[in-house]
Amino acid sequence: MTTAGLVALHRRRRLTDRVMTVVMVIAAVAAVTPLVLIMFHVLTHGMGALSLSLLTEDPNPPGRPGGGVRNAIAGSMLMVGMAMAIGTPIAIGCGIFLSEFGQNRAGMVLRFLVDVLAGLPSITIGLFIYSLVVLPNKRFTAIAGALALAVILIPVVARITEEMLLLVPRSLREAAFALGAPRWRTVLTVVVPTALPGIVTGLMLALSRIAGEAAPLLFTSLGNQFFSTDPLQAIDSLPTRIYTYASGPFDYWHEQAWAMSLLLVVFILMVSVIVRALVGTKVTVRQ
Amino acid sequence: MASTTDLGHRPSRSVLVGGLHLADRLFKGVTGFAAVFVVLIVGGLFYQLIWRAWPAITANGFSFIWSTDWNPSQGIFGAGAFLVGTALTSVAALILATAVAVLVALYLVEVAPSRVSRPVSYMVELLAAIPSVVYGLWGIYVLGGFIQSTLGPMLTHTLGLFIPFFDGTPRVTGLLSAIVVLTIMIIPTVMAVSRDVIAAVPGSQREAILALGATRWETIRIAVLPYARSGILGGAILGLARAVGETLAVTLVIGNRVSIPHTIFDPTYTMASVIANQFQEAEGATHRAALMEVALLLLCVTFLINVVARLLVWRVTKGQRSVVIE
Repeated sequence: MTTAGLVALHRRRRLTDRVMTVVMVIAAVAAVTPLVLIMFHVLTHGMGALSLSLLTEDPNPPGRPGGGVRNAIAGSMLMVGMAMAIGTPIAIGCGIFLSEFGQNRAGMVLRFLVDVLAGLPSITIGLFIYSLVVLPNKRFTAIAGALALAVILIPVVARITEEMLLLVPRSLREAAFALGAPRWRTVLTVVVPTALPGIVTGLMLALSRIAGEAAPLLFTSLGNQFFSTDPLQAIDSLPTRIYTYASGPFDYWHEQAWAMSLLLVVFILMVSVIVRALVGTKVTVRQ
Repeated sequence: MASTTDLGHRPSRSVLVGGLHLADRLFKGVTGFAAVFVVLIVGGLFYQLIWRAWPAITANGFSFIWSTDWNPSQGIFGAGAFLVGTALTSVAALILATAVAVLVALYLVEVAPSRVSRPVSYMVELLAAIPSVVYGLWGIYVLGGFIQSTLGPMLTHTLGLFIPFFDGTPRVTGLLSAIVVLTIMIIPTVMAVSRDVIAAVPGSQREAILALGATRWETIRIAVLPYARSGILGGAILGLARAVGETLAVTLVIGNRVSIPHTIFDPTYTMASVIANQFQEAEGATHRAALMEVALLLLCVTFLINVVARLLVWRVTKGQRSVVIE
């Protein structure tokens, strides 16, 4: 090849490299843009409709502007709380089993099922609980909604728990075994406490995930125009009310939907920031 | 203490493997019960949906899958249109999202300094934390208007001149709105997996090719991408599963009409959105059973996609994880 040819080849390769770098930067900007836009619109539209009465009043009859979404906030808090109470012990138990007794074929299959469960559509989980709980009892209940949310929470928390327990240095377990501690004691008093920040992180991630879920609640807790804290009655929630208001005909519904979205997104962002802080401490502890 | 006496009789194995102490057996039993619970949930999910859908399965037969005639008031049920709607929206979103997500992942791992890659990575992951209904709300009132006024006409005046599928009347809700919303929603899934897989490519691979005088892009093309290919594919398929099962964001923006779309702006249904939209107001038991059958179909499809995706991702990342365990 001539010298001129080599120079041309070199130029072309450099140019391709530059162009692809620019393409990658553009892709990164394109991926971040929707987040910025969504945050911007939720903030600007939401702030306009955010007021004290939104938090302290229940919805007006449809079509009469004003009123609030107190029932939806209370319902969300109640159901998410119940779901955490139901799901956490099962999820952590499953995570411990996977990390302690799951290094075999059965463990592999179980781990696989947990992963698959985490990927199944939440609306089918809603219908599962509808069929299992709502139909036999012939009523929509807050409990049914909480159960559906718990099913969504369990695989997420179980897998994070497992990962976090496996990160605990082997030397810590060995130290406990060397002191004569049986396995259960080693796990519960040494391994789990060491991994606790990670497990709490998993719980918080799951919390922010289920707080925004509406699809599994449509056929389980249904929604309720009135304030209720009765676990055996239909109950309202923020995501289902956003759904109703977003697809409804009234302007004030749309504004309130934006305000509710703002509440949800701020809550989720706060959880995310706290999780970041927790993960930061965990990393420093590990080093 | 029981454990110390036990140590004398059975060296090391009883301590390290456990299972011989009564308390340890109890411990294994209790955590095992929690684990069995998960298996029961997955089994119960299939059982309950098959049970509730059974009247529809026997009544509709196999034509349920390809018949596009869905007429609840006359008792005619075919899910073909929903399958087409689901396939069109999720495959289009998958292609767009994967293209962007892989480029972003490459940028984060191969190009950006850590003070840039950390916040960008975090922001893209935050997209996954935004609730589905918020995407739907934004999709109707912000994105829909943009598609009707700007993006839609742009497409009809360019691609629409050659391809009839792009030549239609831009609307606020319809196929295109659903595709764009889904694309945004699955970018974080595909990006996160791709980023981890690309980061797991051994440095020696890159060094070998760099030592031969390759540019950065050539390194990516020759050393990194072939190595990470099956993992990226797994991430993309996970994104596909998410797109197929995504419900309320799609229900709000897709227009909800039982018909196979003729242009990219037409309203249609996906499997998930027809359930969300019709189940509460179902006209009697046969309609409800037919929707249960749609749900069963959706469950089977997402289950299969998930199994394939997990196997692919596992094959790539398993090696690393066992290192972490030891």
